[in-house]
Amino acid sequence: MSAPNKSYDPVEVEALKPEEIERMRDEALAALAAAADLEALREAKAAHMGDRSPLALANREIGALPPQAKAEAGKRVGMARGAVNKALAARQAELEAERDARVLVEEAVDVTLPYDRVPAGARHPLTTIGERIEDVFVAMGYEVAEGPEVEAEWFNFDALNLAPDHPARTMQDTFFVRGTARADSGSAAGAADSGVVLRTHTSPVQIRSMLDREPPVYVICPGRVYRTDELDATHTPVFHQVELLAIDEGLTMADLKGTLDHMVRVLFGEDMRTRLRPSYFPFTEPSAEMDMVCFACRGESVGNPDKACRTCSSEGWIELGGCGMVNPRVLTAAGIDPEKYSGFAFGFGIERMLMFRHNVEDMRDMVEGDVRFTRPFGMEI
Amino acid sequence: MRAPLSWLREYVDLPAGETGRDVQAKLIDAGLEVERVEQLGADLTGPLVVGKVLTIEELEGFRKPIRFCTVDVGTANGTGEPQEIVCGARNFTVGDKVVVALPGAVLPGDFAIAERKTYGKVSRGMICSGDELGMGDDGTHGIIVLSNEHEVGTDAIELLQLVDEVLDIAVTPDRGYCLSMRGIAREAATAYGLPLRDPALLDVPAPNGYGYPVAVADPSGCDRFTARTVTGIDPEAQSPIWLRRRLQKAGMRPISLTVDVTNYVMLELGQPLHAYDRATLDGTIGVRRAQPGEKLTTLDGTKRVLDAEDLVIADNRGPIGLAGVMGGAETEIADHAAGQGSTDVVIEAAHFDAVAIARAARRHRLTTEASKRFERGVDPQAASAAAQRTVDLLVLLAGGTAEAGVTEVVAPSGPRTISIRADHPDRVAGLEYGRETVVRRLQEVGCDVYGQDELIVTVPSWRPDLTDPNDLAEEVIRLEGYANVPSALPAPPAGRGLTHRQRLHRRVGRALAGAGYVEVLNYPFIGDWALDHLGLPADDQRRTTVRLANPLSEAEPALRTTMLPGLFAALRRNDSRGEHDLALFETGLVFQPTGDEGVPARLPVDRRPTDEEIAGLNAALPRQPRRAAVVLAGARERAGWWGQGRPAGWADAVEAGRVVAREAGAELIIRQDQQAPYHPGRCAALSVLIDGQEVAVGNAGELHPRVVKAFGLPERTSAMEIDLDLLERAGDGAVQGPRVSTFPVATQDVALVVDSSVPAADVEAALRDGAGELLESLRLFDVFTGAQLGEGKKSLAYALRFRAADRTLTADEASAARDTAVQAAVERTGAVLRGA
Repeated sequence: MSAPNKSYDPVEVEALKPEEIERMRDEALAALAAAADLEALREAKAAHMGDRSPLALANREIGALPPQAKAEAGKRVGMARGAVNKALAARQAELEAERDARVLVEEAVDVTLPYDRVPAGARHPLTTIGERIEDVFVAMGYEVAEGPEVEAEWFNFDALNLAPDHPARTMQDTFFVRGTARADSGSAAGAADSGVVLRTHTSPVQIRSMLDREPPVYVICPGRVYRTDELDATHTPVFHQVELLAIDEGLTMADLKGTLDHMVRVLFGEDMRTRLRPSYFPFTEPSAEMDMVCFACRGESVGNPDKACRTCSSEGWIELGGCGMVNPRVLTAAGIDPEKYSGFAFGFGIERMLMFRHNVEDMRDMVEGDVRFTRPFGMEI
Repeated sequence: MRAPLSWLREYVDLPAGETGRDVQAKLIDAGLEVERVEQLGADLTGPLVVGKVLTIEELEGFRKPIRFCTVDVGTANGTGEPQEIVCGARNFTVGDKVVVALPGAVLPGDFAIAERKTYGKVSRGMICSGDELGMGDDGTHGIIVLSNEHEVGTDAIELLQLVDEVLDIAVTPDRGYCLSMRGIAREAATAYGLPLRDPALLDVPAPNGYGYPVAVADPSGCDRFTARTVTGIDPEAQSPIWLRRRLQKAGMRPISLTVDVTNYVMLELGQPLHAYDRATLDGTIGVRRAQPGEKLTTLDGTKRVLDAEDLVIADNRGPIGLAGVMGGAETEIADHAAGQGSTDVVIEAAHFDAVAIARAARRHRLTTEASKRFERGVDPQAASAAAQRTVDLLVLLAGGTAEAGVTEVVAPSGPRTISIRADHPDRVAGLEYGRETVVRRLQEVGCDVYGQDELIVTVPSWRPDLTDPNDLAEEVIRLEGYANVPSALPAPPAGRGLTHRQRLHRRVGRALAGAGYVEVLNYPFIGDWALDHLGLPADDQRRTTVRLANPLSEAEPALRTTMLPGLFAALRRNDSRGEHDLALFETGLVFQPTGDEGVPARLPVDRRPTDEEIAGLNAALPRQPRRAAVVLAGARERAGWWGQGRPAGWADAVEAGRVVAREAGAELIIRQDQQAPYHPGRCAALSVLIDGQEVAVGNAGELHPRVVKAFGLPERTSAMEIDLDLLERAGDGAVQGPRVSTFPVATQDVALVVDSSVPAADVEAALRDGAGELLESLRLFDVFTGAQLGEGKKSLAYALRFRAADRTLTADEASAARDTAVQAAVERTGAVLRGA
């Protein structure tokens, strides 16, 4: 630092002349403005704002001025340095923004690149449609009931009013389990004596449900069932049913009809309707076939050859399954007093429902486990 | 049952314009399953006329015999000149009356007839066979030769009744009476509110003592037997066109006049009949059970060994028919074509026990038109009318003479009555019909009804299915229309939702699907070959299977004891179809014989079985636990722009086990194992703690190379199978909310060198136990083997995170906890701290 100038001569302090300070300021501003990038700006800052910069040096000279001149020179230099500092900050921000923009552009990626690193999983649509049906009834207060697939004939037939010689109980339909005691006997007649079958419907679960519970009984019984059909486009020996059973005081066919209507409305849309046609099942009396309005054409194909419907063969109705009022004999076998209680039941195959609800043409697709069939169904249906 | 509309109109005056579709709709509403309406002759247009063959010229030099004929068709061809027709059939001669399709005619199958040059001649029409006219099988396959009485030029479409509608009805087992025109007509009459002309209302002579002798030894098997005799039948007589056509339309084949008549009456009245050639009968016709070992050759030519339960018709020589199922060959009505036609026949119209016939038909695997009807119930009261009708037709059509003798053996039985509250149908249907409607509808069914609030209902003889009040309710409700039943919703008690177990099964499926597995649903059928391919030892309990008596395929006669063969098949199918990166799962039952299944008792159904009886039935069943299983092959993670892929392997299979166990809230214990079908060095035993006991629940790992080869699977295929029922019992119950500390974590890494045979799980367990409460988490982040460690050694690098609930840990505290952790590993696993 220079010592106070004892022999005061303002003229000697050239650097503090107003025009000189203005020049320094303008040079600095010009240099800052000219800096094209942050590096150049750093250099310009060192040159014009650093310790050795003209403005810094001029600032140092202020001390040499007589007291009456100090204030004025200090103010002048301070204003110049303030202006340059401000310009520097602005230029700095400007150049940083430019740099950031450039770098982010360089880091850009193609977000449309596929990412099939782990192929997607899926649940089988028969599983999920079964759950969906369960949920409709669980929401109404029903329980879901299950039972064994290898079943005693008493549960599968006898208790359901299918006496041993009933025409509906034919060898053609049923897989019989070979008795261990007669493992050597290959004859079908001998084997039928095992008294054990692969259940031909989920109805034995109804019997088990009634035996396990005190009425009222409201259960839905989904499950796998077996019949000796060869696999083709519309048959499979192993398929899935959902059955419903309601036992309470004073239940009528009207309750059956209303329950069916509710189900098809939830599953297929509010405009859906069902129709009952008289039929025969040993375990229900009266019995009915239940139809629903064709899900595909909504009945518009009837008498309308231009809009022929393959789903319902232009009949307007799709056969859903069988139903009826539980035969009082079945109640008796299951220990429920038919004088006090009545009930209704229905059952249907969900393969068929999947076929018309999701336009599946070949039942084999549900059996073969081809991932291309199953994946699109995802987690729920 | 096929019911021609023209035939139906004989018993009910249906409105003239009513089509088959209209009748179908009415009958469906009434509960008959009319599957379709066949439009006979809808695609047929004339001219189709009767012609007389004038000349036949045999054309030579062709590969098959060809005739050039001239046929007189009267003026039907517009000229009156003989029509020239080339014909390949040979079953006709000059002078025969035939059916001629003239140019312009269109035969079924859009077969247009036109003049055409063929075999060097111009053929102007066609001489027709029954097949070509869509008439059905007449057994000849030749052209139709008509009897001589028909005039040339007559319209053959009308003559042969080629245009008709046929209702095809699937008769349910309870509606045996609808296996007859009489029954269907009754339903149609009720549906239309029209009177029925009952064809069974015939004048029948009273039984007497000089008919053909009959002795019924088993009145429980045969409660009615009518025998009538017709003599002097013209063996040359043929069934008239109307009779043949009705049989054909109903789906039966005309055979000979006598047989055709019995079939016709069966179709009309539902009563199966049998005609015996009297000349071949030897003494009294008896009805009895067969003696064991007795033999009978039935009409189909099969020699059958009879069962002691079989009901037979027998004469002095032995069985001559399997009652209600099929007659015997020895007493068969001889064919007139054979030149020795029967002239005297004995007609049997009997009523047999439904169960006896059902059993016999099943035992002999012989379902016939007769057995079908007897099984479902035949009207016993119609037997004598049916016999009478048969006699009448044989007299009328075959020139026979009815003998005056009428044999009737009848076991006494009263009419059946059911008592029913008059409002019972209302209470079943949920709407009010009122007593009057109920009574009227029951009367329409054929019941006699007495009483006011409590009705005494006598059911008609043709409705053996009506036994209970609900049967009568159904009759009322169906005739009033199911469509009129209103719609209501019952109110079940408030529900509890899905059970714990059901929610678990859903979660497992979702978790596996979320982990990239695709669900498959395989058949549970397996063969021993699959168990061999799995490499199971001879004493492996998976070899003890439930076996089917009547499997679809002899190659797969058993039920699965493991899920894997089905999954392998599905994996292989996908692989062969071009999908190679595969992860499949299935949940379902396996079937494990207990070894002490007895034959379940035949329990009654007129009461609830006792708990002991139910337990007895259940004891007859195999164990049926639910499993989850996966199989995977190819890439678990694929290569791509992001970098390398990763092949599926044993670790993914084990992880699938963890995924499933996690859903059950169970901690899976994993140990090294050696189990078929897995690679002996890459097989994990999966177990869980149930009530403090470690219980094996499954296996996972890479498959043995031999198994991969045997099943034709991709290399390194891996699999996992786990028992969901056991997992369900292993769950820890409700999760306790962890206390989350917000103090800083102290991380300490350690590398431990152990023998390569030491399982990482043991090292981890030791570290956890040794580290104490301050340990928040522990993670194995590297496994290293190399020369610098020495042969048979591996280095396991763990990151340990320590944290306290109430303070910031000091470095010394964290180090001390680490040291005790390492110390435990050193003591329990022989570990050496690396770099120490």
